[in-house]
Amino acid sequence: MEMFIQTLVAGILIGGVYALIGIGMTLIMGVMRIINLAHGQLMMVAMYITFVLYQFLNIDPYFALLVAPPALFLIGAAIQRYLLNPLIKIESIIPENQVLMTVGIGIVLTETIRFMFSSDYKSVKTSYSTATFNIGAISWNVPMVVAFILAVVLTASLFFFLLKTDVGKSVRATAQNKDAAMIMGINAEWITQLTYGLGAAMAAAGGTLLLPIYYLFPDVGGPFTLKAFIITILGGLGSAVGAIMGGLVLGVAESLGATYISMALKDAIGMVIFLLVLVFLPGGLKQLTKV
Amino acid sequence: MKSLYAKIAVLALLAVFPLFVGSDYYRHLVIIALMWVVIGASWNLLAGYTGQVSFGHAIFFGVGAYTAGLCTTQLGISAWWGMLLGGPAAMLVGILIGFICFRLRGAYFALATIAIAEILRLIAIVWRDFTEGMQGILIIQTFRSKVPYYYLALGIAVICMLLIYKIIKSKWGFYFIAIREDQDAAEALGISTFRYKSLSLMVSSFFTGLAGAFYMNYMGFIDPEVVFSLHFISIMAILVSIIGGAGTMWGPSVGAFIMVMLQELFRSSFFGYAPSWVSHAHAMAFGVLVILVIRFMANGVVGDWSKITNLWSKGKPAALVTNGN
Amino acid sequence: MHFFETHRLTKAFGGLIAVNNVTFHVEEGEIYGLIGPNGSGKTTVFNLITAYYPITSGTIRFRGKEMNGLPTWKVCKEGIGRTFQIVKPLARMTVLENVMTSAFCRTSNTAEAREKALEVLQFCEMEKKIDFPAKGLTIGDRKRMEIARALATSPKLLLLDETMAGLTPQEQADGVQLIRKMRNAGITIIIVEHIMHVIMNLCDRILCINYGQEIARGTPAEVANNQNVIEAYLGKE
Ligand SMILES: Nc1ncnc2c1ncn2[C@@H]1O[C@H](COP(=O)(O)OP(=O)(O)OP(=O)(O)O)[C@@H](O)[C@H]1O
Ligand SMILES: [Mg+2]
Repeated sequence: MEMFIQTLVAGILIGGVYALIGIGMTLIMGVMRIINLAHGQLMMVAMYITFVLYQFLNIDPYFALLVAPPALFLIGAAIQRYLLNPLIKIESIIPENQVLMTVGIGIVLTETIRFMFSSDYKSVKTSYSTATFNIGAISWNVPMVVAFILAVVLTASLFFFLLKTDVGKSVRATAQNKDAAMIMGINAEWITQLTYGLGAAMAAAGGTLLLPIYYLFPDVGGPFTLKAFIITILGGLGSAVGAIMGGLVLGVAESLGATYISMALKDAIGMVIFLLVLVFLPGGLKQLTKV
Repeated sequence: MKSLYAKIAVLALLAVFPLFVGSDYYRHLVIIALMWVVIGASWNLLAGYTGQVSFGHAIFFGVGAYTAGLCTTQLGISAWWGMLLGGPAAMLVGILIGFICFRLRGAYFALATIAIAEILRLIAIVWRDFTEGMQGILIIQTFRSKVPYYYLALGIAVICMLLIYKIIKSKWGFYFIAIREDQDAAEALGISTFRYKSLSLMVSSFFTGLAGAFYMNYMGFIDPEVVFSLHFISIMAILVSIIGGAGTMWGPSVGAFIMVMLQELFRSSFFGYAPSWVSHAHAMAFGVLVILVIRFMANGVVGDWSKITNLWSKGKPAALVTNGN
Repeated sequence: MHFFETHRLTKAFGGLIAVNNVTFHVEEGEIYGLIGPNGSGKTTVFNLITAYYPITSGTIRFRGKEMNGLPTWKVCKEGIGRTFQIVKPLARMTVLENVMTSAFCRTSNTAEAREKALEVLQFCEMEKKIDFPAKGLTIGDRKRMEIARALATSPKLLLLDETMAGLTPQEQADGVQLIRKMRNAGITIIIVEHIMHVIMNLCDRILCINYGQEIARGTPAEVANNQNVIEAYLGKE
């Protein structure tokens, strides 16, 4: 029983960070109607930025939260503007060419990082990386708890932004109906850039929060791209609230799977959930709750 | 008519190629290119003609390859049986995926293909007792000469292209294109979009599986990272089609030769003329190529050719080729 | 037994009841008009008949057979053809290929499909445009091609959704001619149209709905003089 609760706790904590990353992709999905297959790779770039700040300038990873996400915001917005947006005007047989473009971007990001840092594993070992505290019989990993709390704070501020600010409302309007939004005078092109930038920044924040606990290598992005899209599907393609639940479900399922089934199959569990959702609940979790 | 002669000439050239080129290296390249002709044409039938974009054709390639490999390691029979079983096995997987995804509209199919390729890769890695895991499957090739493999690959490619050509010119071809253009309209015209998407996927997965089984027999070695690779199988299949011209009959064949050549140029550092670090950059080159092709050549050599010049009459977009030619 | 009938047909989109208890029948050989102000549920009725949406309640019968639950493509096979208010051309096909595609509904042979398509295009007086790419057509030609495409499936009943909207007066007159010709060829037609003189000229009987509910039915003259209809279209004074 204790082991079960311990596993559950670990799953929820990591799930909070997953949710943060997943919301980024969900935002992009909502506004651009594409799956961003460079999502994990953008996160990976942010992790390297954080790593460099720590390694060479001795900046604490949590401070890097002030650097890496803004940097990725700019990179993301530039990618949207110069690589993705021009595709809208190209008439091609394959409608998914934006998605395919993100695959190319993902490869280039990964290979650029490999070129600069080699394929070696890196890590940021802070003084608190392995620190834990106990509540009852359950032990809590400090950086995980901090990551979870910060993820919740960031998610909450994103919601505040989307629900309460004018720009945020424009983002939601564009996601609901692009044409109508444009008629209402919203500059959809600008909103789309902003959204992709924001999506990348959310992924960056997630990556930065994970860094004290994770190993870092150029190929770390791929699996996270897959996680993010599983979350997006779980949440029901474009629902931010759904994505939070999706992130938590994925975190818990992976955690339980790793403990009770097999560590090696941990990554497959998300995929299996994805297929189950596809078969039994194609509208995603939001279908259950109507939010 | 002129284009028919051109095709016969290309075929004749391919048929006599090994008689004049003794180098195993060049024979190998053409064998691999012919294999990609099959995979590219298969992907193109499904995505270019039917509009169902797969990001995971490695599923079918891998299933075909593993079917052949497992014939030897698990059943103790020749991997050549895989040439018989690989296609149907991949098709079975295709039917299952179609059954799940084709009832839903939207990006589900594309996403499911990525996920399933990933699941199969992980299974192939983890289930060591059955698949040998990361070690992969090693068999002893039947022939030391490349020539038998060459003609086998050529035969498969020719049969595949002929069949797909027949399909495109028939009712199925019209139905596939109608589904690509507008699913609602297609249904109103009496087309079961579910059934015809599934049929397209069945043909596509069958030939991709066959190519996988051939790969096992030819290379004598497979492992999960190779045959279930997102980049080097699934995305490669997309690139082959797009660079040649998605939704055109012969585009993917052209694309297969271009892509294999480009890949080899980088892998070999431009045959040793470029500094050796170039060979390490071939993944990078691949990514850059994806970006450039999508950005500047979305309809490929064949598809965009006629836009620029009007010299190549068969380069018309897919739908326009269906009558005449 | 009627040729075609709906019984208490109802469709709810969430809280919005787009079609509410609509019962009507059409006899073989008739031209039946379905009219109503914008958003009154006419297109939705067509979408229910052709199974684009599941029916909330009610039944649809065609030639004695209950159609509920059939998928869209089977409805077509049963002999109900339709056009779309917002045209749906198969854009990167030629006109001939568009019509051939639908001719495959009754044959698997390419030559036969081609022959049937050419015949239908001749019937619709589009034979000069067979090699035009569909995406380059004018709105008038697109609408006409949709009719040709529906005809090539050899329908017994044809649902026309605002096939005259956006056409020039000349094109409208030609359209009326074509519809008469189709009826003479033995096809029963249900027509949705806003252009009143077209409706009044063509239809044998008319059903008028508003907010998804029947407000009047009868001959063109009866409906045109019905107080409810006048109010629905012009608003109460
Ligand atoms: N898919 C849908 N989801 C939700 N509401 C819908 C849907 N389709 C139609 N409606 C609503 O149902 C009502 C009837 O629409 P419908 O398109 O049938 O009207 P119509 O009579 O064809 O109008 P028009 O003359 O403008 O074509 C409208 O209020 C419309 O907003
Ligand atoms: Mg309407």
